[in-house]
Amino acid sequence: MTDIVIKNLPILVVLCPLMMSLIVVLIPNIFLSWLLTFASTFVAFIFSILLYQEVQIHSTISYALGNWAPPLGIEYVIDKVSIFPIIIITLIGFLTTIFSSKMMPDEINETSISKVYSLWLLAIAGLIGLVTTGDAFNLFVFLEISSLASVALVAMGAQKDKQALVAAYNYLIIGAVGATLYVIGVGLLYGITGTLNMADLSERVVDLKNNKALIAGFGFMIVGIMVKAAVFPMHIWLPRAYAYAPSAVSVLLAATATKASLYILARILFSVFDIGDNLIINTLSYIILPLSIIAMFAGTIMAVYEKDIKRLLAHSSVAQIGYITLAFAIGTKASVAAGFIHMFNHALIKGALFMAITSISFYIQKRVTLSNLSGLGRAMPITFFCFVICSLSLAGLPLTAGFISKLYLIKASISADGLWIAILILFSSALSVIYLWKMIEALWLQQPRKEIIIKENPTIYISLLIITFLNIYFGLDASFVVDSSTEAAEKLVGVSK
Amino acid sequence: MISFENLILITLLSPLLVCLLTPLLSSKPILRDILGPLGGIISSWGAIQLMASILNGEQPRLELLQIAEGISISFVVTPLGAIFGLVASVLWIFAAIYSVGYMRGNKEKNQTRFYIFYAMAVHAALCIAYAGDLLTLFIFYEVLTFSTYPLVTHKQNEMAQKAGRLYMSILVGTSVILLLPAIIWVWVVTGSLEMSQNGVLDGKMNPDYAPYLLAMFVFGIGKAALMPIHKWLPAAMVAPTPVSALLHAVAVVKAGVFTMLLILTNVFGIDFLSKTGASNWLVWLASFTLLTTSIIAIYKDDIKARLAYSTISQLSYITLGGALASSMATQGATLHIITHAAGKITLFFVAGAIYVGAKMSKISELNGHGKSMPLIFLAFFVGSLSIIGVPPMGGSWSKFFLMLGAAESGYITVIAVFCISTILNAYYLMEIPARAFFFKKEREVKIKIPILITIPTLITCFLTILLFFFIEPFENLTSIMVSKL
Repeated sequence: MTDIVIKNLPILVVLCPLMMSLIVVLIPNIFLSWLLTFASTFVAFIFSILLYQEVQIHSTISYALGNWAPPLGIEYVIDKVSIFPIIIITLIGFLTTIFSSKMMPDEINETSISKVYSLWLLAIAGLIGLVTTGDAFNLFVFLEISSLASVALVAMGAQKDKQALVAAYNYLIIGAVGATLYVIGVGLLYGITGTLNMADLSERVVDLKNNKALIAGFGFMIVGIMVKAAVFPMHIWLPRAYAYAPSAVSVLLAATATKASLYILARILFSVFDIGDNLIINTLSYIILPLSIIAMFAGTIMAVYEKDIKRLLAHSSVAQIGYITLAFAIGTKASVAAGFIHMFNHALIKGALFMAITSISFYIQKRVTLSNLSGLGRAMPITFFCFVICSLSLAGLPLTAGFISKLYLIKASISADGLWIAILILFSSALSVIYLWKMIEALWLQQPRKEIIIKENPTIYISLLIITFLNIYFGLDASFVVDSSTEAAEKLVGVSK
Repeated sequence: MISFENLILITLLSPLLVCLLTPLLSSKPILRDILGPLGGIISSWGAIQLMASILNGEQPRLELLQIAEGISISFVVTPLGAIFGLVASVLWIFAAIYSVGYMRGNKEKNQTRFYIFYAMAVHAALCIAYAGDLLTLFIFYEVLTFSTYPLVTHKQNEMAQKAGRLYMSILVGTSVILLLPAIIWVWVVTGSLEMSQNGVLDGKMNPDYAPYLLAMFVFGIGKAALMPIHKWLPAAMVAPTPVSALLHAVAVVKAGVFTMLLILTNVFGIDFLSKTGASNWLVWLASFTLLTTSIIAIYKDDIKARLAYSTISQLSYITLGGALASSMATQGATLHIITHAAGKITLFFVAGAIYVGAKMSKISELNGHGKSMPLIFLAFFVGSLSIIGVPPMGGSWSKFFLMLGAAESGYITVIAVFCISTILNAYYLMEIPARAFFFKKEREVKIKIPILITIPTLITCFLTILLFFFIEPFENLTSIMVSKL
């Protein structure tokens, strides 16, 4: 029995939420549908831990779907690179499901809850599939599954605020454009190489240097993925979508959605194509590097001037994505590792911040803006405490996970003779302290307009506490994150670099 | 016999324990208020033992935890660190007693929170003193900033909020933008975060880049308050006086100049600096800060503001001593950490005593009040003499060494700077006892100074005199510090 499970883990980790989503939609009971969702995300998380152990032994697990051998059949590949985002997605999926139990009934009609959970599982399954698959077209399928599910989830916010419909529509259209660009790219590559399997593709593109169709295909794919990953300036769908989605959905999306796409970006840049190739070098240093730097500053500055907290955090995400793509753009082994480290840590940080803010909005039953945060710190000490810790983590202060990201990012850029990049990174992270501090000041120093008494709810703050704890834990013992990122980077960029 | 590891742990953890126990005892104010002095005594005992072990030629070290490969939190007691650790822990005893008197006398709100962060700040300062590598140093440098923020904004009003903003933006901004990349630069160049007694950069760093790296350190260490990043210190004076006394005359600012000295001696190394001349520009910047802030101090009527500018000027003595890159000047700078701490904490204690006892905070209001609070003004007089550098006060030794050091490295102008600043010091500090004792009283004020304020003030005042006679162990430590390995 266990043998069969272990052997089929790569598909089970996707199937578990996917199948459950079909069951959940049929269940009218709120609690039961939550429980099933919780169970399946938990099992998926356990599966990903098992997979991690498997990968430590076998290094690469290839799974031929339906026993059709690759490159003809669809192949699922779990290696030291892809296990990393799988753990992020399943961990966050599991934590946010706990978090959602009180939030969902507050924002969504009783009758729609099971549908929401069905979509929720579908989005998670899509994201996991996106990461596990080794097939460029199957990747498109999962990309669409997760995007469409997310769009529908965002639209669910309309039961509370009609703006969510506009946000969802934006997300849908821009997302569809991105996906289309990607699939055009895949088509072009298929036309000249005759394969969809990514490992096979990477062997065949070597002989096709300077082929115009190859360059065009590459361009389409990269731009398509960059839209999905919300790389500046293709990020415009993101702030609205995060801001108007139902609370638990914004936590899930903020922590996971872009991470999966960023992983795909890295995979295409370094694994399908070769880092030594001029095409990649030029893309990295003339397109991704400048865009990332602009993203870092534009995102931060927009966040500084934003009054609505959920949007503020969304703008900050744009800047943080900038750090990750910047790390990829530097293109050394150390920097790609730093990118992966930040991918993991940022999922923890942003997940936690969104959790804290949405629970505040749950307690006060209003949208959270800078002005109605006044004095709430004293009324909800636990939430405030977690919020402060995670803000410090985002700002990259020592003893938090965020610091580890900054440290490796800076070290990688200085090692690659980019002292100026290091200074720019730190400058923008110092700017980010401004908006974080504004919120902390409002919560801590300002007097509340009228006395508010709030009783913090354990089912809400338990997951917030866990994720805050993880933020500190991975700041004190970073060896897991650092080692697995370094291994991932080694695999992607090669030992030579 | 306690092992060195445990000794370091005892010294570092006793303030942390105070910080953790304080909230549990918030309903029993008497027990809660005893915790601080008690922690101070234990911590000082440890610090003295550690200092003795250094004098015996040993080097206590402790690796606390490994974060990832090549990154760890570790502690090593260096001669310089032993001195700073001793200063911070011993003065904490008196400051803790004083703050009980002050907070009660002034009927401040949120006293428990105050004591929590007070102890936390001392803990961070001690961790800086014994930091074994650059990253540990940086980590606790930031912890110190963040733990003092709630103290600076203790009053939670608009003025405190503004001051807090300036405080955070300068200290965090400089350290994150400049100090951190400077540390990582050293890491990339030398391949490790370790420091060593004679510097680690010699032979590894291109001397042409050294001045730039040094500039990143100098402006990154905002706590050393060199111009133009000194503004946070006067702003921080909105905090209750015990905070200004221990933290903004001793722990925080001394952590700044301590870090500066450590970087100059244990990262760059005196020889490397004097060989390459990388710190020449710093000599002039420090001299400029030293004189300018002395002049600004003359025009401040608020006692604490004047003392704040005087502190900035005195901190520049220490930075200057390090920048001169001679062993004599480094010794002088290190001794100045001790002597200035004892002197300045006395002055701040007096400022707080006057505020609690007579509700006065302006120098122009002090006329003729010397007779009604003779002990307090006497303490101020003695403390001032030490800062000015008149024997038989401790401050005379450090100035003496600093001047010798300036002569040794051939900066004759710097000797003149020291002389001019001494005159300025005398001018702006002596005005206060002079007004109190010799001017005519303008109005009657009811004066009531709590005994818990008077006693620590007199003790620290007495310490400044003691330091003159018992400077020898410290001088031995500094000579170990500058000796070649």
